[in-house]
Amino acid sequence: MAQGNNSIKKILIVAFSLCIVCSVIVSTAAVALRPMQQLNEELDRKTNILNVANLYEPGIDVEQAFSEITARVVDLRTGEYNDDFDPDTFDHFQASRDPASSRTLSGDRDIAGLSRQENYATVYLVGDPEDPEQIILPIRGQGLWGLMRGYMSIEGDGNTIVGITYYEHSETPGLGAEVNNPRWQAQWEGKKIYSDEESLIPTIRVARGSGSGEHQVDGLSGATLTSNGVTNMVQFWLSPEGFGEYLAGFRSGVSQEEAQEADVELEAEGA
Amino acid sequence: MADATAREVLTAPFTKNNPIALQILGICSALAVTTSMSVSLVMTLAVIFVCALSNLFVSLIRNHIPSSIRIIVQMTIIASLVIVVDQILKAYAYEMSKQLSVFVGLIITNCIIMGRAEGFAMTNTPGMSFLDGIGNGLGYGLVLMVVGFFRELLGAGSVFGFTVLPTVQEGGWYVPNGLLLLPPSAFFIIGLMIWVIRSIHPEQVEDNEFKMKENTKPQEAV
Repeated sequence: MAQGNNSIKKILIVAFSLCIVCSVIVSTAAVALRPMQQLNEELDRKTNILNVANLYEPGIDVEQAFSEITARVVDLRTGEYNDDFDPDTFDHFQASRDPASSRTLSGDRDIAGLSRQENYATVYLVGDPEDPEQIILPIRGQGLWGLMRGYMSIEGDGNTIVGITYYEHSETPGLGAEVNNPRWQAQWEGKKIYSDEESLIPTIRVARGSGSGEHQVDGLSGATLTSNGVTNMVQFWLSPEGFGEYLAGFRSGVSQEEAQEADVELEAEGA
Repeated sequence: MADATAREVLTAPFTKNNPIALQILGICSALAVTTSMSVSLVMTLAVIFVCALSNLFVSLIRNHIPSSIRIIVQMTIIASLVIVVDQILKAYAYEMSKQLSVFVGLIITNCIIMGRAEGFAMTNTPGMSFLDGIGNGLGYGLVLMVVGFFRELLGAGSVFGFTVLPTVQEGGWYVPNGLLLLPPSAFFIIGLMIWVIRSIHPEQVEDNEFKMKENTKPQEAV
């Protein structure tokens, strides 16, 4: 190497021009591929939603299949639809970080380990939005190594599970990561969430070892903490803290309007 | 190495001078991404791409790199290439990039690439450096594929995702070995590979750095 290379001037010129060239290459790649990446993320999310509703088969046109699904934003505090938000753009992860649209959870109430929970969430309805065949709810909670995000699909009666799937988790491969094993997921089909018609507290849980009855699912062997995480997040999101109020509208067979009227009457009585 | 032929530069890293088996570099990623063969293959391609091009670019500007900042110059080139690979994977192989997650980014810290840039590309012509990068990428990939083959076959009963040994979970007879899905199992397989390679090439066996003392008998205390 020539001695001249080590002059301050040369060092600055090399460092500066290298940075310019590299940053141009990196930003070009990032900008040029961005639309493609967003398309992939969107497709991945839709595939997961179709998957949990048992509507997905390899090779189908995801966009076309997704056209039968309606997205609505639900106010978790009242269990009613909210039309102030556009369900296509509403981001409930964003909402859960904004103090204006979320609440803090602490101690005993925070069984899923979320610390903040949004006030609104997007649900996906399969079939007629007024009388859906399936209701797909976003769920999330702490597993063993980190946050697990997924969807749960429930039949129109608001009590029978169709399926569960996770699109983002960091559980141990071969143990906790078996939450995405189709054989394990298949067990959820037909299980009931609530044991009591009146109760808003879910009884569905992941058992230790093999589960029995219609409210239990087999535990994942070697992954007790992941199994507990799944139980906690399912119980949290299906309780009145999560979608409990919303699902109640489907369970009693009363339509949303009747449920609203009942609420109004209750409030009137209270006053 | 300066007058080595192109063929030697390209093929030496397979067994004679394998970056993992002889130089013991890049072990971290070899443990992390070898749970299945398809993931190993994508990682191999990514490393070949980064290693070949970083060698090429470093070699092209080698006469202008001030020696005082040469490491950071190499790092900048490598990091830019890795980001490009990561972006391409996210755009065209989204599923795969989800599985590889952070390990694509960690190619930046893979000692093989840095080692070749510093050890070969700084003193050789661009053409040779490019071939050296491909050769080392292939040598790395060879180990990755072998480790991935055994881990996926014995740990999950499949090869490239196709079932070979039907596992008990799927209703078959094979009880998969869960250990092979965990990173430490790659240590055993890499260790066995090094044993095999050094049996074929005995000149690779290193001299003992110290001699173990014979067992001493415990003496009575006090």
